[in-house]
Amino acid sequence: MQPIVINSICKQFGKLSALNNVSFTVEEGELFGLIGPDGAGKSTLFRILTTLLLADKGSASVMGLDVVKDYKRIRRSVGYMPGRFSLYQDLSVEENLAFFATIFNTTVAANYDLVRDIYVQIEPFKKRPAGKLSGGMKQKLALCCALIHKPSVLFPDEPTTGVDPVSRKEFWEMLQRLKQKGITILVSTPYMDEAVLCDRIALIQKGALMDIDTPQGIIQRFRQPLWAVSADRRYELMEDVNKYPDTASSYAFGEHLHVTLKSGEAGEAALKQHLSRHRGLSVERTQAGIEDCFMFLMQEQNQ
Amino acid sequence: MEKAIVTKDLTKRFGDFIATDAITFEVERGEIFGFLGANGAGKTTAMRMLCGLLKPSSGQATVAGYDIFTQTDRVKKNIGYMSQKFSLYEDLTVRENIRFYGGIYGLGRRQIKLKTEQLLEKLQITREADQLVSSLPLGWKQKLAFSIAILHDPSIVFLDEPTGGVDPITRRQFWDLIYEAAHQQVTVFVTTHYMDEAEYCDRISMMVDGRIKALDTPRRLKAQFGADSMNGVFLQLARQQNISNQ
Repeated sequence: MQPIVINSICKQFGKLSALNNVSFTVEEGELFGLIGPDGAGKSTLFRILTTLLLADKGSASVMGLDVVKDYKRIRRSVGYMPGRFSLYQDLSVEENLAFFATIFNTTVAANYDLVRDIYVQIEPFKKRPAGKLSGGMKQKLALCCALIHKPSVLFPDEPTTGVDPVSRKEFWEMLQRLKQKGITILVSTPYMDEAVLCDRIALIQKGALMDIDTPQGIIQRFRQPLWAVSADRRYELMEDVNKYPDTASSYAFGEHLHVTLKSGEAGEAALKQHLSRHRGLSVERTQAGIEDCFMFLMQEQNQ
Repeated sequence: MEKAIVTKDLTKRFGDFIATDAITFEVERGEIFGFLGANGAGKTTAMRMLCGLLKPSSGQATVAGYDIFTQTDRVKKNIGYMSQKFSLYEDLTVRENIRFYGGIYGLGRRQIKLKTEQLLEKLQITREADQLVSSLPLGWKQKLAFSIAILHDPSIVFLDEPTGGVDPITRRQFWDLIYEAAHQQVTVFVTTHYMDEAEYCDRISMMVDGRIKALDTPRRLKAQFGADSMNGVFLQLARQQNISNQ
């Protein structure tokens, strides 16, 4: 049985099409990432799958249960970690955890095994009100609360948004460990660099899926030759590349610009020649990443 | 020419807790200065002091040439500020937001009118001028918010995680605006959690536990820490901290 099956889901809010004919499935034990910016439709899809919102069209099932007919059973067997901090700010860390366990008719002790690795990190602060935790700590507590009833499918919605790189890394390590324990995970994120940490990903923008595959599979479909260009004076270089008639796209990536040319491979020599007056110039072929792919697909979608 | 920001041993205590611990640094005019650090490292506290919103406990600092202890009104007039969380009034139109902020910063009616037309044209949103800000896509709002933050031609603009959640193309268009402003000698002081954006800065400071642990150009920091990206530099610095805490 596939733990998550989504079939042609559509959802409108007034004139806005939040989800437009979205379909995909998540396999058992998979860590599946839904990658896209704010407003792409990620949270709407999460809320439909966790039975908090009804789709206008299409169908979906979680653990073989229909999200409309079997909503009560789904609620008992999934863990949902909403994007906005959902804990009770004025309850302490341990009170929050006990509260969520009670809601699901269980106890913290009964399922402590599953959350122990994470909970020990926040245990020193167990008497502190949840509202007074740092960003990374709040996310750890929210994850514990979403796991305390031993769900078979976990839905963390943007768990790393606004969290610093160290806490982000730790959070992904926790997700990897949960996956090893056999929990199926559908996670969403606006950070493109997190895509490679998933088994498979779906790229979503403006309510529509642009591609679904393993991160490597998506990257392999980026067929244009791509150059990493840099020089000492970045602003002048950017302006120059943008004005160059053969430039198809030019985007900043760290210390480089990622450039594609209308003439493709054949244009490399001319590009180097054109930019030769820039001090410290470097023009080298490079591998595309998920973010290159995302932007390329976005441009295609907009045309 | 005077520096945009000068701090010496700038410190803020909250009771026993030292949020900002004797930070000393200078920012040049027209520089894009990245102010990085983990959550809770003390960035927001430092930024609030520099904006004249929070009185420091000790040390010295000037922003745009004004003392942040004694001339906070002057400081506020000469800076722009934008954050992801708060920037525009959603229930006002684009035009009304521009007029409102223009008024707050003491621009005259004719100046506001002129600036409004320039801004609408530059961002190509003349057709949306009379729409509520709440109806605009996030990326447009962010670009509008930035343009409004520098409406009164401040010499420094403070950006607190300005690009959170926006799509990758818009994020880069936003940085185009930052480059353009810096090119016109506006000093840009920016915090971000996107480490690739850290590389777009002229110089970066990295705060750990209330202190500035590293400050240099991205290229030299990467060389110093033997990392191939700023993410690597960040993880090393912040990890050191975690180990020393345990």
